[in-house]
Amino acid sequence: MQGFASEFSSALSLILNGDAELWAIVLLSLKVSVFAVLISALIGMPVGAALAVARFPGRRVLIVLMNALMGLPPVVVGLLVYLMLSRSGPLGVLELLYTPTAMIIAQVVLVTPIVAALTRQVVEMLAEEYSEQLRSLGVSRLASVPVLLWDARLALLTALLAGFGRAIAEVGAVIIVGGNINHVTRVMTTTIALETSKGNLALALALGAILIGIAVAVNAMVSTLSLRAEQEGLRHA
Amino acid sequence: MRDLVSEMASCLSVDGVRISRKGKVLLDVSQLSLDGPGPTLILGPNGSGKSLLLRCLHGLIVPDRGQVRQDGVVLNANHKARQGMVFQQPVLLRRSVAANLDFVLKRQGFSRRLRKSRIEGLLAEGGLDGKARQSARSLSGGEAQRLAILRALALDPETLFLDEPTSALDPNATQMIERMILRASSRSVRIVMVTHDIGQARRLAADIVMMQGGHVVEHGVAKQVLDAPESDAARRYLAGGLVT
Ligand SMILES: Nc1ncnc2c1ncn2[C@@H]1O[C@H](COP(=O)(O)OP(=O)(O)O)[C@@H](O)[C@H]1O
Ligand SMILES: [Mg+2]
Repeated sequence: MQGFASEFSSALSLILNGDAELWAIVLLSLKVSVFAVLISALIGMPVGAALAVARFPGRRVLIVLMNALMGLPPVVVGLLVYLMLSRSGPLGVLELLYTPTAMIIAQVVLVTPIVAALTRQVVEMLAEEYSEQLRSLGVSRLASVPVLLWDARLALLTALLAGFGRAIAEVGAVIIVGGNINHVTRVMTTTIALETSKGNLALALALGAILIGIAVAVNAMVSTLSLRAEQEGLRHA
Repeated sequence: MRDLVSEMASCLSVDGVRISRKGKVLLDVSQLSLDGPGPTLILGPNGSGKSLLLRCLHGLIVPDRGQVRQDGVVLNANHKARQGMVFQQPVLLRRSVAANLDFVLKRQGFSRRLRKSRIEGLLAEGGLDGKARQSARSLSGGEAQRLAILRALALDPETLFLDEPTSALDPNATQMIERMILRASSRSVRIVMVTHDIGQARRLAADIVMMQGGHVVEHGVAKQVLDAPESDAARRYLAGGLVT
């Protein structure tokens, strides 16, 4: 028990003294996941909105597929992105494997279905409520998309935060495509896994505490936003 | 020869309109002309097709057969742009009160300055001054319905359709809305309104359309329809009896 207490106090001092290595890892984690979520938003929101508003054959199949993609095991995503980016893979010439970009790609693959599916759900609900009124005001189906996205903004922000939460806490995919290289692709989760196995509990604990702090903050924001969205009569199922 | 067309008030007419779903005829109106100056009120029991008729007149539903015409011309996009509609449950955008009005004004291409003064005028008209920045979704039922009416009026409509706008409101809120409707009517906005409140029809209507089972069973001057209805269906509805 004595060992645990001392590990704990050195973890605390790592955080409080602004250990350079620690914060470099935290910063890279944040950068990778924020980028991934932004890209996922750019892809997922229009796709989700289009699926909510447009009517075409095969739409239901696409929705089911998208919902299924939400549950992709991260390790499998890591494997697939690895195969794409590896030297002999179709995107091998880009030499992205074991770079932060590769980790961003993996997280985009994980988060985009979440953003798209939640966007579809929220926008479809809103479209049902608004459609006659908007048609009465002369707003075409296409022109209604930005109106719906804007009016769903609280719920959409919640979806993005949920995506961010998944991205930053994920380890299986980024460790495969990032390789956990010191000073290059080590993020919080992969470092925790590695340092714990090496017995360097202080760094692992410090990172774990920060990760929990981020998760709590994200969840607090999600509940605040959902509450406000709910007050406006709009929430995810 | 005098130009007759320019002297006539705009006329909304229904010609052989029929809507059926799954083999059941929901609306069947052979002839109806709305050309009087005052408010038209549509009365009739639940499910008699009042809302369907209103949606047809506004072009939200294209009938299976027949036409809606304005001044003899089949209803087109230009006509629809000058028609406002207020639904039974107000559908307000999840934005501020002012932004709900601005949405409509912006689409008409008004400058920022003009929009601002129009919004002020509209809010005053609806007794919503001071609520401009409040979230529209946080308004009370009566305020929300007033905002929905203001937003329809922001279109500068020739015709304003209202589908039971006061059915969920208390007498006070109802009175405020009836006043707004009468003011709009006096500014020569054509009012076509559905209600199931006979007292309201008495207070507002210049003419009354009585519906039953998807048909117009009677259309005439309000006083006449209310006091001396010609059809059995209208008589029974006004007597508060069951109409089957
Ligand atoms: N989209 C629809 N599909 C099938 N039936 C409908 C539809 N809209 C309305 N109806 C039916 O048409 C009839 C008239 O409806 P409505 O015009 O809403 O009546 P109300 O006079 O109460 O406003 C009702 O029996 C209703 O169930
Ligand atoms: Mg109705």
